[in-house]
Amino acid sequence: MTRPLLELRELRVHFPVYAGLVRRRLLGTVRAVDGVSLDVAPGETVGLVGESGCGKSTLARAVVRLVPCTGGTVGFEGREISALREPAFRAIRPRLQLIFQDPYASLNPRMTVFDALAEPLRVHGLADGRDVLRRVSDLMELVGLAPRFMRKYPHEFSGGQRQRIAIARALALEPKLVIADEPVSALDVSVQAQILNLIARLREQMGLTLLFIAHDLSVVHYLSHRIAVMYLGRLVELGPAGEVFHRPRHPYTRALISAIPVPDPVREKTRQRVALHDEPASPLNPPSGCPFHPRCPWAEPRCAETVPPLESCGDGHQAACIRLDQM
Amino acid sequence: MPLLDVHELTTHFHTREGVVRAVNGVSFRVEPGETIGIVGESGSGKTVASLSLLGLIPAPPGRIENGTALFDGVDLLACGPKTLRSIRGRAISMIFQDPMTALNPFMRVGDQLMEPLQVHRGLSRREARTRAEEMLRLVGIQDGARNLSAWPHEFSGGMRQRVMIAMALITRPHLLIADEPTTALDVTIQAQILELLARLQRELGMAVILITHDLGVVARVCRRIYVMYAGQVMESAATEALFARPRHPYTEALLQSLPSTHVKGEPLHTIPGLPPDLIAPIAGCPFAPRCASATDRCTRGAPTLRELVPGRATACFRVQDGEL
Repeated sequence: MTRPLLELRELRVHFPVYAGLVRRRLLGTVRAVDGVSLDVAPGETVGLVGESGCGKSTLARAVVRLVPCTGGTVGFEGREISALREPAFRAIRPRLQLIFQDPYASLNPRMTVFDALAEPLRVHGLADGRDVLRRVSDLMELVGLAPRFMRKYPHEFSGGQRQRIAIARALALEPKLVIADEPVSALDVSVQAQILNLIARLREQMGLTLLFIAHDLSVVHYLSHRIAVMYLGRLVELGPAGEVFHRPRHPYTRALISAIPVPDPVREKTRQRVALHDEPASPLNPPSGCPFHPRCPWAEPRCAETVPPLESCGDGHQAACIRLDQM
Repeated sequence: MPLLDVHELTTHFHTREGVVRAVNGVSFRVEPGETIGIVGESGSGKTVASLSLLGLIPAPPGRIENGTALFDGVDLLACGPKTLRSIRGRAISMIFQDPMTALNPFMRVGDQLMEPLQVHRGLSRREARTRAEEMLRLVGIQDGARNLSAWPHEFSGGMRQRVMIAMALITRPHLLIADEPTTALDVTIQAQILELLARLQRELGMAVILITHDLGVVARVCRRIYVMYAGQVMESAATEALFARPRHPYTEALLQSLPSTHVKGEPLHTIPGLPPDLIAPIAGCPFAPRCASATDRCTRGAPTLRELVPGRATACFRVQDGEL
């Protein structure tokens, strides 16, 4: 087996929370990411799902150092990059790119498409002079934009076209790993399909490894080889996409899948839904034991006592539930 | 007799760049106690149509150019601001997508809940407070007394949307207009809110207009659906019929572009191109430039919504003529 391209080991990102303007006192710690271990093999697409506040975006940001890790390690191409000093990390950074959710916010409104795409090429010394122009038009064609639009500004494009520009910018440096953080959530259904097709095509064409983050499980299932489910900073289930989607083992994953409205009124009428009470606890004050137990319909007293580890339940499928054998 | 009968509603915005034809001759009706869905992508005019009914369109630049909307014998589009004010918040309530911006951050939750009762029903503060507590319990917020004195920022998104719902329903309206009420929420919370809306609807016997882009949500809760595109209704049908066999190429294309209707790995169906610019006048069917089945005729003349069988209408020439 080849070595994973990305290796997260017990990754932790904790944020201290202070109160008071003059006399600052520590209120507590938000455990946004709390001991996540995850491997992504070369060429693989892993989908990371979870609801808002579960820490999935923080995890993405920690990998590329937009937020500092407070514990654990990040390995990339076989090296531990979380220990690297800034200049050494910067040398790796071109091969590690991020696409954000909101193409309205992630592009500089004062930069033309040409400027936005030329910048990474120039910063990393990959092209100069006439070469830049050629590379930029190649990139635009790659993502399905006409190069004649390269002197236009972001506001002159639709949401879908802007996301294409953001994707082109991430691909400008020919990355090995692309982390896409909710790249289609802000888009309309018909446009979403275009962007998903584009991502799938580019993945084949460029041999990309993808960590695809979304809250929409049907989108993640469509695109991923494996799915990881996150809840309050921890992975609660991990496995082959079809397995996790069709035979979820963790109660939270079950609830999540049963909550997705299906565009089929006949099935909607008969479908069993896992009813959850309450809302996720605050990551500032997570419940004891299994983070999901206060909302879990199958919880028993012992669930409040220990944090269940991820355990294997057949063929690369893992779930973190002490009642796993009964699920 | 329908509770609400909207006929040929037309709302335009007169901007410096030109006239934006946001809503163009939209007709729909709501029977007492039923839930209808208005589905469309961004810019389809679904929100402008509902805001027009309640006189909430900023004017200028907005102007209602044409149409009638009969609610309980009163034409909402012609009755004037005073009558409208007495209907809005009492007989017709509305909830919005983003519960953070829709709640007043400087008012305690309780005061916001009690306000409609004091304004519309003339209740005393004490009576209003009791009703507000009851209403919070009804939407699943326990410990009403304490939560009434909380500020909106102390609540999570799901809790805020519950407060919004409580606020909208506290006057026991006959009609609730819910504009993307769960779009900003996580799916498990969305499921809870949709269930809550359905339960309250049964208990209070009100009608609901659900405006959303999410075809899964309408499949779950609506009895009838209107599909909008470029400010027009493209198709209307009972929910089961619409999903079983869409009778407009746009609806069909929209359903086909959902990842959940695909086998993994096969490319998703897409709709080529973009929705039309509503400033430029549209000759013919607004969907024609993106439609795989369009003919010359579709770009020459504009089709109107016509009933195929009772309760089922389409604005496609080719379907109307039995060619598709």
